[in-house]
Amino acid sequence: MNWIDIGALDDIPLRGARRVKTTQGCVAVFRTAEDEVFATSASCPHRNGPLDEGIVHGRKITCPLHNWVFSLETGEAQGADEGAIATYAVRVENGRVLLDGTALARASAA
Amino acid sequence: MTQKLVIIGAGMASGRLLEHLFEAGGDWDVTLFNAEPRGCYNRIMLSPVLSGEKTYDEIVTHNAAWYEERGVTCRFGEKVAQIDRAAQTVTAENGEILAYDDLVIATGSQPFIIPLPGHDLDGVIAYRDLEDTQRMMSLGQGTRAVVIGGGLLGLEAAAGLHARGVETTVVHLMGHLMERQLDEAAGYLLRKELTDRGIDVRCSTNSKEIVGKDGKVAALKLDTGEELPCDLLVMAVGIRPNVALAQAAGLAVGKGIHVDDRLGTSDPHIHALGECVEHEGALFGLVAPLYDQAKVLAATLAGQEAAFRQKQLSTKLKVTGCDLFSAGDFADGEGREDIVFRDPARGIYKRLVIEGDRLIGAVMYGDTADGNWFFGLIKDGTEISEMRDTLIFGPAYQGGAAADPLAAVAALPADAEICGCNGVCKGQIVGAIEGGATDLAAIKAKTKASASCGTCTGLVEQVLASTLGDDFVLPAAATVCGCTDLSHEDVRRLIKAQELKSQPAVWQELGWKTPNGCHVCRPAVNFYLLADWPLDYVDDPQSRFVNERNHANIQKDGTYSVMPRMWGGMTTADELRAIAEAADKYGATVKVTGGQRIDLLGIHKEDLPAIWADINAAGMVSGHAYTKGLRTVKTCVGKDWCRFGTQDSTGLGITLEKRLWGSWTPHKVKLGVSGCPRNCAEATCKDIGIVCVDSGYQIGVGGAAGMDVKEVVRLHDARTEAETIEWVVAFVQLYREHAKYLDRAYKWLAKVGLDWVKETLSDPATREALVERFDISQSVYQHDPWAERATPATARQYAPLADLTLEAAE
Ligand code: SRM
Ligand SMILES: Cc1cc2nc3c(=O)[nH]c(=O)nc-3n(C[C@H](O)[C@H](O)[C@H](O)COP(=O)(O)OP(=O)(O)OC[C@H]3O[C@@H](n4cnc5c(N)ncnc54)[C@H](O)[C@@H]3O)c2cc1C
Ligand code: SF4
Ligand code: FES
Repeated sequence: MNWIDIGALDDIPLRGARRVKTTQGCVAVFRTAEDEVFATSASCPHRNGPLDEGIVHGRKITCPLHNWVFSLETGEAQGADEGAIATYAVRVENGRVLLDGTALARASAA
Repeated sequence: MTQKLVIIGAGMASGRLLEHLFEAGGDWDVTLFNAEPRGCYNRIMLSPVLSGEKTYDEIVTHNAAWYEERGVTCRFGEKVAQIDRAAQTVTAENGEILAYDDLVIATGSQPFIIPLPGHDLDGVIAYRDLEDTQRMMSLGQGTRAVVIGGGLLGLEAAAGLHARGVETTVVHLMGHLMERQLDEAAGYLLRKELTDRGIDVRCSTNSKEIVGKDGKVAALKLDTGEELPCDLLVMAVGIRPNVALAQAAGLAVGKGIHVDDRLGTSDPHIHALGECVEHEGALFGLVAPLYDQAKVLAATLAGQEAAFRQKQLSTKLKVTGCDLFSAGDFADGEGREDIVFRDPARGIYKRLVIEGDRLIGAVMYGDTADGNWFFGLIKDGTEISEMRDTLIFGPAYQGGAAADPLAAVAALPADAEICGCNGVCKGQIVGAIEGGATDLAAIKAKTKASASCGTCTGLVEQVLASTLGDDFVLPAAATVCGCTDLSHEDVRRLIKAQELKSQPAVWQELGWKTPNGCHVCRPAVNFYLLADWPLDYVDDPQSRFVNERNHANIQKDGTYSVMPRMWGGMTTADELRAIAEAADKYGATVKVTGGQRIDLLGIHKEDLPAIWADINAAGMVSGHAYTKGLRTVKTCVGKDWCRFGTQDSTGLGITLEKRLWGSWTPHKVKLGVSGCPRNCAEATCKDIGIVCVDSGYQIGVGGAAGMDVKEVVRLHDARTEAETIEWVVAFVQLYREHAKYLDRAYKWLAKVGLDWVKETLSDPATREALVERFDISQSVYQHDPWAERATPATARQYAPLADLTLEAAE
């Protein structure tokens, strides 16, 4: 694992998200009502909607363009829709958000 | 052979250690240092001391006789200044050097003091020891205190101070109290309980500065500028392990002193326990694990095998009168299911979190009798599939009844208003039912409830159902979404009747089935709350669709469009120049919209604050092309230029736009003002359309030209501009207060009937009251969202959190 400090937890709104640019495309970093943090690909498999602009509810995200709903843990689309978004390892330490850089590098190799 | 044992710190952990050591009968020569000028006492009982239920003497755990009998040399009020590991000695503050065979560090932790300006003033204290407690106890009736921190300690301090007659305010940074132990719903109930007692609780509130006078604390200043005067300020925002001494001695230290399973540090002659240690990455802040550590360390020192293991923890808040329990992991998520039980009538909330066939978390408020039973199920990983259906009712209840969907209505007091049109309360309806009315028609005839606009029909039926029981079959109504059994109309009326002023209040009192709603109900509830309680409720951007959160329309490629207002479709050469310059600078595509203004398309999110600043500088504000709110007011040239114009249609359009902009509405609102019946502004297909005629102004409502094309229906013929404006504002406010979220005006009119709207608005007093409420709401919401966000702080929020493309590739 190669933990990269991407910013402070407080920079992500509660029940909101922020975007991180990477060489593999944008990653959305979410913060739930319970202060948990998740990271997924920022782009919706439907028509590339920006997932970091969606509504966060429970551990789910609703895409702002056409309301597909994804699990933040597994990346799977919920309900009738089919598809998935990539998920990345992320954790919080001392109020800082750390994203796993190895996983991002691996994603590109795959 | 007698072993020389030196212990640094006489707290709860080392107190317990000594008991075990002497019970095991070892031959120890103990020297006990303590920075506090006293021996071991039960720190967690400081709260009852503060509230006056206990005295200090009652909470002392080891008195002078106890130490003397066991030959413990007490050096209370003395700090250890230094450890020399090579020489195996400690140095006391007075310079004296003592040798040890074994050393135990039990220095506990230190309260964290936020370094706000003024934190070193007299009267700024923490809540940790007897001195702090005595300082709080010295406050008398009628004095004021502010507590920063709404966690366990802060609330205990606040409750204790309040019990002494001190006027107490709690300032908490997070959105709900005790966010680490409680979910939002339980946090809401706790806040309600404390507020009802008279403690002022401020959540989502940030402190800025401590204001002093003559070196003494005088007030806490919030980042809103508000000042909370106080005689004492208690900071209870967290603790830090006391590691300085260990660190200086070169022991392995992380956040706490590193210890292994046998409580050994990186030096074989030094052990540590209590809040000062870190074990497998975890720190400790409750006594239960410290007592386990004491047992293990006593065995280790006696040369026996023992290992410390971390266990699941549960929390019970001791503050008198608040019945509260939490255990395990209660965040919701994939593969996890919630069983939520809410009884609004009795103020009870219980939530169980289940993963697979095991219980992994529980939060309860109001009735915690079964807490330990649930805690046992969590700890033991008991398989619960057999009892799942009745699990939430606890161990005593098998074959339990389903939660009552009518609980929210059953919980309403008799004087809660059900029918707003005719001012009918629940009590009158129940009275009518008891007097023999058994169906909706009879209730209507007897009480007039639901006889006017009809949006309360659902509630009247629910009162019937909850009063008559099985004798009344409840017709199925469309619910808001899967999170509730209530319809939009019911939710709106209950928010008013029960004066619900926050999201958690709605979730709890209306028995929501999910912890915090979903993307369907949250935007609706957010709107209802801000429309009904503009001065109490704070708009929640995270409950809004992206456009309304970012104040621009998102496009299919993720860029945004920016559309400034052109009041009534009028513009100037200067404005056009500024728009042209912005288009060049930010690479925008320029389009003239169907709403008589100009759209700049293809703007990148990170450029939004800058383009807004440029547009603001030219005197223009947001066109709200992205809101459920006022969009455009289309006008024609009117009397000023047109040979047929009868009135100043352009001027009236501009006046109306300036009056109405910024307000949130159930769906978008568009206006048109035409100067004569030729209707060049297409006013007859707008939500509100005004056609000027010689004798005055024809006000039509309920038009649209989208998926349905609707012609307006006539609301009123006004004689003057002032009269027109009054009717239009009153109509908009009536729509804001009653319509279902996402109903355009014509849909709402089809439900309540034009006759009811006309009748309501024809009463001058009602009109005046509606206008007044609209203006109150505008005092909060008529602000240019662009100007508020054209700042460096927003620019940072609108930019990516981090750019890792610049990092060297691995
Ligand atoms: C820009 C514009 C088209 C244009 O290039 O002219 C436009 C663009 C959109 N319209 Fe419109 N409408 C625009 C004038 C209209 C008009 C004409 C008018 O206002 O005179 C109508 C018909 C009149 C009416 O509203 O009744 C119109 C009826 C709709 C509807 C259907 C509403 C309905 O109740 O049936 C929608 C869908 C909705 O709001 O749910 C919609 C939604 C949209 C959205 C917001 C779609 C969306 O959700 O993203 C489009 C946003 C594009 C963008 O990013 O800017 N737009 N839209 C017009 C902006 C006017 C303005 O200055 O604010
Ligand atoms: C008001 C209050 C209420 C609480 N309520 C609860 C509760 O309900 N449930 C619960 O489980 N926990 C509760 N706690 C937490 C609990 O009290 C602590 O977890 C526990 O006291 C920690 O024990 P300890 O021995 O590690 O540290 P302490 O009890 O803090 O003892 C450490 C001692 O070491 C001394 N010391 C520090 N440095 C030196 C030095 N260099 N030389 C000599 N002496 C030194 C300190 O003066 C202190 O007396 C509460 C705490 C407070 C303050
Ligand atoms: S009609 Fe309106 S919503 Fe449809 S494509 Fe055109 S702008 Fe978009
Ligand atoms: S792009 Fe996400 S739902 Fe269509």
